[in-house]
Amino acid sequence: MSQSTMQTDVTVEIGQETLAGRLRSMQSIWILGVLIVIVAIFGVLEPTRFLAYNNLMNIAQNASIWAVIAVGMTYVIITSGIDLSVGSVLVFSSVISAKVMEMMGDKGWPTVAVGTLLALVSGGLWGVLNGWLVAKAKVPALIVTLGTLSIALGAAQIITSGLDIRSAPVVLQDSVGYGRVAGVPVISLIALFVVILGGIGLHMTRFGRYTFAIGSNELAARRVGIGVDRKLIEIYALCGLLAGFAGQLSLAQYGTTTIAGQSLTNLNVIAAVVIGGTSIFGGQGSMLGSMVGLFIPAVLLSGFVITGVSPFWQTVAVGAILIAAVFVDQQRRAAAARGGRAAVKARRAAAPASPGVAEYK
Amino acid sequence: MTTLLEARKLCRAFGHVQALDNADFDVSAGEVVAIIGDNGAGKSTMVKALTGNLDVDSGEVLFEDQPVSFTTPHDASSRGIEVVHQDLALAPRLDPTQNMFLGREVMRAGVAGRLGFMNERKMRQDARAAFVRLGSAVRSVTMPVGDMSGGQRQSVAIARAVSWASKVLFLDEPTAALGVIQTRNVLDMIRRIRDQGIAVVLISHSMPHVLAVADRVQVMRLGRMVITMPAEGTTVEQLVGAMTGALDEQDIGRSEIA
Repeated sequence: MSQSTMQTDVTVEIGQETLAGRLRSMQSIWILGVLIVIVAIFGVLEPTRFLAYNNLMNIAQNASIWAVIAVGMTYVIITSGIDLSVGSVLVFSSVISAKVMEMMGDKGWPTVAVGTLLALVSGGLWGVLNGWLVAKAKVPALIVTLGTLSIALGAAQIITSGLDIRSAPVVLQDSVGYGRVAGVPVISLIALFVVILGGIGLHMTRFGRYTFAIGSNELAARRVGIGVDRKLIEIYALCGLLAGFAGQLSLAQYGTTTIAGQSLTNLNVIAAVVIGGTSIFGGQGSMLGSMVGLFIPAVLLSGFVITGVSPFWQTVAVGAILIAAVFVDQQRRAAAARGGRAAVKARRAAAPASPGVAEYK
Repeated sequence: MTTLLEARKLCRAFGHVQALDNADFDVSAGEVVAIIGDNGAGKSTMVKALTGNLDVDSGEVLFEDQPVSFTTPHDASSRGIEVVHQDLALAPRLDPTQNMFLGREVMRAGVAGRLGFMNERKMRQDARAAFVRLGSAVRSVTMPVGDMSGGQRQSVAIARAVSWASKVLFLDEPTAALGVIQTRNVLDMIRRIRDQGIAVVLISHSMPHVLAVADRVQVMRLGRMVITMPAEGTTVEQLVGAMTGALDEQDIGRSEIA
């Protein structure tokens, strides 16, 4: 084969990139299929009740707070990190916000604005602390965030003496918590906005590209001059900030701080992100996948309640789906890796042993 | 030919091991210099020291006759010095385009670019053009490089370095994972790059490849640069002799530096 024909082949083959092909290779597309199947099954079993507009909106409402946290968690897990502290940071931020809003007295929107700002700042600061300890102090993320999980929750309990603050401003609860625009819960619209922004940031900006690069090969990222430490701090800060924002949304939805109610939030959100195809080993994941992974438990819970199955089965099903999703993902990846290695082996076998090496042995 | 990159009396110890022991090195624009040596002779340490991947204990590095100190790989690459590492230093979950432009993303014009949006289409086009130009084995610019064969991965790493190296290109064992045709392509590519006036530094265990493509061969032994000889007229036996110390410099009339 002459050089020129070979190059023509290359051009042709490199040209054959299809969007469909790229989509097929994404874990999130497969898991979206699973979600659609689950919705279809409940839809057939209980078409009038399960597929009712109100029920679907309830599902969306119930998933909204976790969706906001899952945005930050997706970034963190793609860097091959983990953030176990999100539930505690949510509680801490909602306590700070509720405490200050209570002290201000309920003056409507200005109070809400101050509370929201404080929730964001306090969440963001926990995130900066997590990020600094992971990136600069080189303590493993699992340990750092297990520590801050404990510290943030303890601090919230110290501030409140362990008693929930039940005085979220009425306007916050009415407009954000129960409010609907065109039948869609306001809290879901807010979450959707955060998710879309987070998805754009992850998949279309340089910030997102570096997030993937750090999780894929941190050393390579450093070698090309990416400020990895700084990026990690920013990513954990983002995760903390969103957990803080979720704290404010939680105040809106429940009208109270939920000090004792968030102990499994971290694990539920991590499970959702991982079900959605984000690799716990880093470098791989998508915002769409995380959202699909979040809706599978929410849809299962609603479906089981409506079809009269004990909702305890939802917990069992989610656990099984989590393991199955990662198993399928690993199998696909192992198959791809085997293909790659086989190809190298074939080429090595085809190449003659290097004469130079043979001679000086 | 003027010397482009030069190392003088570099020393670096790792504990009791003197990895570099007053080692010298030089390469000129438009020249291919091979560094050879047995395992542990200090080849990779030398490359790391010259490219901002390692601090030295003493000695100096001159770039375009100016003393420089590259404290990060980024310092070196900002001067047009690129390295293809033996481990390739690719991000396996990113595709060839993303790897090629990592840290050097082409941003969109105007506000979108300032918000962090990248010009993906331009990067893909440029990457595709680079792979075609290099006759590379890469068949897809959007498949994760971790799913590719060893040879294709090597192609991506080489194409990335070649695309950005405007002064010096270091290649650490570039043909180790390649088949016959791909190896020939890499050697041809090295010559083309040299002809563009770029200095190429080749680290290789393959003596025939070294003799085929290098203008000069510098031999390292026990952390020292023991001998420099022109590739032309040198035999594999002489190179091996110099590497193992069986052949001392006085036995070779052509020796230039000790």
